[in-house]
Amino acid sequence: MSESISKEYYQYMHELQTVDFVLVELTLYLDTHPDDQQALAQFTQFQRRKRVLMQQFEMAFGPLQEFGNSPPGQTWTWSSSPWPWQV
Amino acid sequence: MWIYEKKLQYPVRVSKCDPKLAKFLIEQYGGADGELAAALRYLNQRYSIPDKVIGLLTDIGTEEFAHLEMIATMVYKLTKDATPEQMKAAGLDGHFADHDNALSYHNAAGIPWTATYIQAKGDPIADLYEDIAAEEKARATYQWLIDITDDVDIQDALKFLREREIVHSLRFREAVEILKEHHSSKKVF
Amino acid sequence: MDGQWRSHQPFRSPFDPCPPLPKAYVVPPNQYITYQPEGLKQFSPREALKHGTLWPDLYSPYEARYKRGSQA
Repeated sequence: MSESISKEYYQYMHELQTVDFVLVELTLYLDTHPDDQQALAQFTQFQRRKRVLMQQFEMAFGPLQEFGNSPPGQTWTWSSSPWPWQV
Repeated sequence: MWIYEKKLQYPVRVSKCDPKLAKFLIEQYGGADGELAAALRYLNQRYSIPDKVIGLLTDIGTEEFAHLEMIATMVYKLTKDATPEQMKAAGLDGHFADHDNALSYHNAAGIPWTATYIQAKGDPIADLYEDIAAEEKARATYQWLIDITDDVDIQDALKFLREREIVHSLRFREAVEILKEHHSSKKVF
Repeated sequence: MDGQWRSHQPFRSPFDPCPPLPKAYVVPPNQYITYQPEGLKQFSPREALKHGTLWPDLYSPYEARYKRGSQA
């Protein structure tokens, strides 16, 4: 694929990776600290941020997940390049 | 069921065209303490470990697949445009003869991945100690890879992966404490 | 070298063929925590991603050794 990727793609992606990383860390932490209410509240808060970010990203660059977990858009772009290891 | 997300866990950049590095990095792809072994080890243990720690094994096992994809990204970027001559110069001619530029689950010495890397003893304490050891061994491998690499962008991603091993190791030790059932936040079920 | 490194000196024989290289290993902070306490100070999300952990207390820095003839 020779089509270029916009600078915004990398910016949005980095933002998403940032918020998702907090959620990964909190997930593992909550697995061993299920009674930590403060961590649970923080998890919920970041989950809201993730949802907004995912929506913005997917509107601009297509679905992040499939099997029905992301809006497919007007045409099927899920199976189009680029894939994560290509960018 | 797993859902794929079209995104790397951490941005991977490769700044130098140096296929030689791929030969070392493949250790964490198909080596004994690599990410494939880690993912399969934890996900396999889930079926016999006490319910209290299944969630942790599932989540760490899943994260390992994201790490596998990061290593694959480095190897892919380093080898995709390498000519047979460059592959030969990088000491990858043996690999090239068998696989061309395809990735292959083997270690840095070319030994194919094997299920014997995973012990699966069935005793929860023994299995969790295997996991803790695996994480510390993978941390050490990342150190040697950081030492042997001079691409600062690759080093950056390797440092991220190394730190993840440290966090996972702690979580597995907490899982041992949960199974010992006398840590401070004891609860009634 | 930061505080997570420990060094050791193996016995040196007069017949060792190579000049001695300093020996050291890292003891990451996870070795001093049995069960992570609640409410530990956190990195900002951006810093957390960069460090590979949300908690500074779990962070272990690592720089390549043997750079340009010197050692860490």
